[in-house]
Amino acid sequence: MNMTALEYSPSYTLLLVFAGIAGTLLVASLIGFILRTCLTGGRTNPVIFNLNARINAWWVMVLILALAFWIGNTAVVVLFAFISFQALREYISVTYTRRGDYRALLWCFFCFLPLQYWLIGIGWYGLFSILIPVYAFLLLPISSTLGADTTRFLERAAKVQWGLMICVYCLSHVPALLALDIAGFEGRNLQLIVFLLLIVQSSDVFQYVWGKLLGRRKLAPEISPSKTLEGLIGGVLTSTAVGAALWWITPFTWWQAALIALTVNVLGFFGGFVLSAIKRDRGIKDWGHMIEGHGGMLDRVDSVSFSAPIFFHIVRYWWNV
Amino acid sequence: MLEKILASTLCGIIRILTGVRAIWRGTQPEARARVYYANHRSHGDFILIWAILPAEIRAATRPVAGADYWLRGRLRRYLIEHVFRGVLIDRHVKRGDDPIGTMLGPLAAGESLIVFPEGTRNQGDGVLPFKSGIHHLAEKCSGIEFVPVWIENLGRALPKGGMMIVPLLCTVTVGAPLRLEPGERRADFLARCREALLALEPAE
Repeated sequence: MNMTALEYSPSYTLLLVFAGIAGTLLVASLIGFILRTCLTGGRTNPVIFNLNARINAWWVMVLILALAFWIGNTAVVVLFAFISFQALREYISVTYTRRGDYRALLWCFFCFLPLQYWLIGIGWYGLFSILIPVYAFLLLPISSTLGADTTRFLERAAKVQWGLMICVYCLSHVPALLALDIAGFEGRNLQLIVFLLLIVQSSDVFQYVWGKLLGRRKLAPEISPSKTLEGLIGGVLTSTAVGAALWWITPFTWWQAALIALTVNVLGFFGGFVLSAIKRDRGIKDWGHMIEGHGGMLDRVDSVSFSAPIFFHIVRYWWNV
Repeated sequence: MLEKILASTLCGIIRILTGVRAIWRGTQPEARARVYYANHRSHGDFILIWAILPAEIRAATRPVAGADYWLRGRLRRYLIEHVFRGVLIDRHVKRGDDPIGTMLGPLAAGESLIVFPEGTRNQGDGVLPFKSGIHHLAEKCSGIEFVPVWIENLGRALPKGGMMIVPLLCTVTVGAPLRLEPGERRADFLARCREALLALEPAE
């Protein structure tokens, strides 16, 4: 256990981190402004237009997150419940279901989603870890069978379950970090969430930046036309360095933080990859239109969804008392 | 006044619940008499079309609705007569009824109509064969535009018999207007309208 994490009070630590993020965004906004005014000379360049839209959306997302952190744990749980709700909404909207699935869909949105986050809120690990993989898995197809329509039945049942796993179960592992009990780290679990979100999202950002700057070799154009090998390596390495540099807000040593960041980044990358494959299969470019410049909610949290459960289990297995 | 506020409130609620996005493909909202025809899978369909129209055009756009359903119960009756200003048609036509005449009134007064030519809510995929009503309208009202409107996802979010709405994201795609060609036969016109509507459906 390294004691440096305890040097600053929890709220001061968060303040420092958010000040750092705000400073970084300020630099990004400045670069965006310079690119727009000087480089394009008034003409609209779609890449630079999209870059500025993305940066502006980042400001909004960071402000909302900061607000939730400032209010407290309950607000963070509610915020992630909302993120899950929106992601599931986008997912089911482009997924084939039939009249017979109507009740199963109501169960997803109005029973399993709120119940999952309520269990997270009260910290009942034994139930929140099996609610969707076991109970939703068994109950939803029962509900769909009662619709008495066997057309593409297995496909429909599987797709609904998959959406619930990705959008609700996996994402709920972010606020679930609040329920962990780590010796010498009491009252600081929000810092684990900051650590996870910061490295996953910075990995996405750095993949984008390195890809735009140096990207030559396409990784898998049939799945994601914008992903390049240079972007992947540069993004994952830079973001792993960010993780190592943030060791002081975690219960980890610097090399543990780097190793965990690397794992989380690789998983996050494949999260985006898998969800891109689904998008290509469905013939859509983005999951939705909610976040200007980014697409939908699910476009923003696909990497979080794949990395959050693994991060949760790493911390729970080695650090939870 | 109260009716206007109620109408905008209902449109606002449905917009939040469905996150509806309008895609105007081939035409724009225009302040003149038109017939918007759409696929029909949910009792909320016409409110969704209403919700994507600008307020001043919405005020002059009237849904054609089944009298047998809407005149049952005082609240429903109030809503359809005063808030939605529906043009009520009895779906079980009796001797002496003139549904086409009833629909021509508003068109002659410069108002638009929302119709569902399938005649009933479709519980499967695709679009049912069209009833001949829109052809009668086209014959009586020469030059009037028929605007295809594809409603995506509301049939899943609020299907027949459903009371609660699944919060799916809906889209409303408005296509290029059609007119009855000189000498065009009824079956050809109906088929052409139906094809134009199906062409707006997102690929499965």
